Amino acid sequence: MMWFFLVSDALTFGGLLIAYGFTRHDCLEAWPIGEETFNSMPFLGHGYPLVYVALMTFILIISSVTMVLAVEAGHRMDRKGVTKWMIATIIGGFFFVGSQAWEWYHFIHGSEFGKIELADGSVAIVKGHFGEIKNFTVTEAGNHHKKGDIIKEDIMHTFQHAAAAGHITNGIITLHDGSKATITKEKDHELTLIVKKSGKVNKASKAKRRITGAKAEKLYYEALYSGEANRVIYGANLKQNEYGPQQYAQFFFFITGFHGFHVFSGVVINIIICLGVVAGTYHKRGHYEMVEKTGLYWHFVDLVWVFVFTFFYLL
Amino acid sequence: MERDDLIEYSLDAHHSEEKGVEIRKKIYKVTILLTLVTIVEVVLGAVIKQDASIWPLVKWTFLALTILKAGYIVMVFMHLGDERKWLRYVILVPYFIFILYLIFIALWEATAIKSVLNFFS
Repeated sequence: MMWFFLVSDALTFGGLLIAYGFTRHDCLEAWPIGEETFNSMPFLGHGYPLVYVALMTFILIISSVTMVLAVEAGHRMDRKGVTKWMIATIIGGFFFVGSQAWEWYHFIHGSEFGKIELADGSVAIVKGHFGEIKNFTVTEAGNHHKKGDIIKEDIMHTFQHAAAAGHITNGIITLHDGSKATITKEKDHELTLIVKKSGKVNKASKAKRRITGAKAEKLYYEALYSGEANRVIYGANLKQNEYGPQQYAQFFFFITGFHGFHVFSGVVINIIICLGVVAGTYHKRGHYEMVEKTGLYWHFVDLVWVFVFTFFYLL
Repeated sequence: MERDDLIEYSLDAHHSEEKGVEIRKKIYKVTILLTLVTIVEVVLGAVIKQDASIWPLVKWTFLALTILKAGYIVMVFMHLGDERKWLRYVILVPYFIFILYLIFIALWEATAIKSVLNFFS
């Protein structure tokens, strides 16, 4: 019976991934590339393409291995072995779910540069190291700040909100209380624009889509400091995202979310079965069939991830 | 009432210590293989950019490696390889027929829709 459930679930995931392929086939160049989108590591920042997700994949594979070892121990009626390996599997599962939460957090918050609409109407994503913003110096008093005040709290957040709302003109930021301030910011390094949608001048063709150096810097800040709203998009939600077409984020949320839900329910089921093992329920029954069944489900979750990993991150 | 026409789970459920050693050896071998394949995939992805002319080859390599990994997970970890022959076919054959058909029809339709979109834009 377990197998028939798994086949139907595999058809669901197959359908989802094929729908993803269908949409991607329609959009081609505009579609984000995994290694450009997912390049962050916990504690280390940006610049590590796919390393973290490879680690997640590895964790899930290992937890699948510990599960198969639990099943094997069950065949020898080794209750201690089953308990040990099941606990290892549960820990691996929690690690994976936690990693996925981190990945989502990063995906939703986005990069420091965002996605920018350039002056000619083309749209580009931005790579490089963002120079830290030191402070804002108030030049024109508002309701709250006085002239000459130096603001240091929450500046990145304020900066991104102001940029997205078009409240920065020629390097002068208009704050919430109506005061105006200059921005003190360190220089960016290796700023690169990757054009995703062609405009009048900048094209998204493979040969021309990368813009680097002083030209990239000029185009980026011209657009960012234009004083027009919605020229820059940071992060992702269900309406827009900084990575590519709108459907991309929806597929990301739905497919990885649906898989994450499977992992989470897998962990819960594993915990329940593990309690049964500890209580000796299956030992009394004379066989560990329940461990084998939950094992099948757990391997299936790993199997789906192998495909999600390929289609979302590698291709 | 005892039924003797059902195949009891417990008949398949036990093996000896020696058999266990052998099975565990196989499990560790597959673990190493899956890890290596994942590492190869990530390194390939990091070294070869999607703009490169060799990319289509890399893409098909990724697909082949994915199928390989999936095969090992299903056949060894999910021990479908050790199941009775008819069960194996009942599970695999309908699934592949349906999925291959779906892939074919989705790509076909996506190409058609794309040409329509290009026509109007």
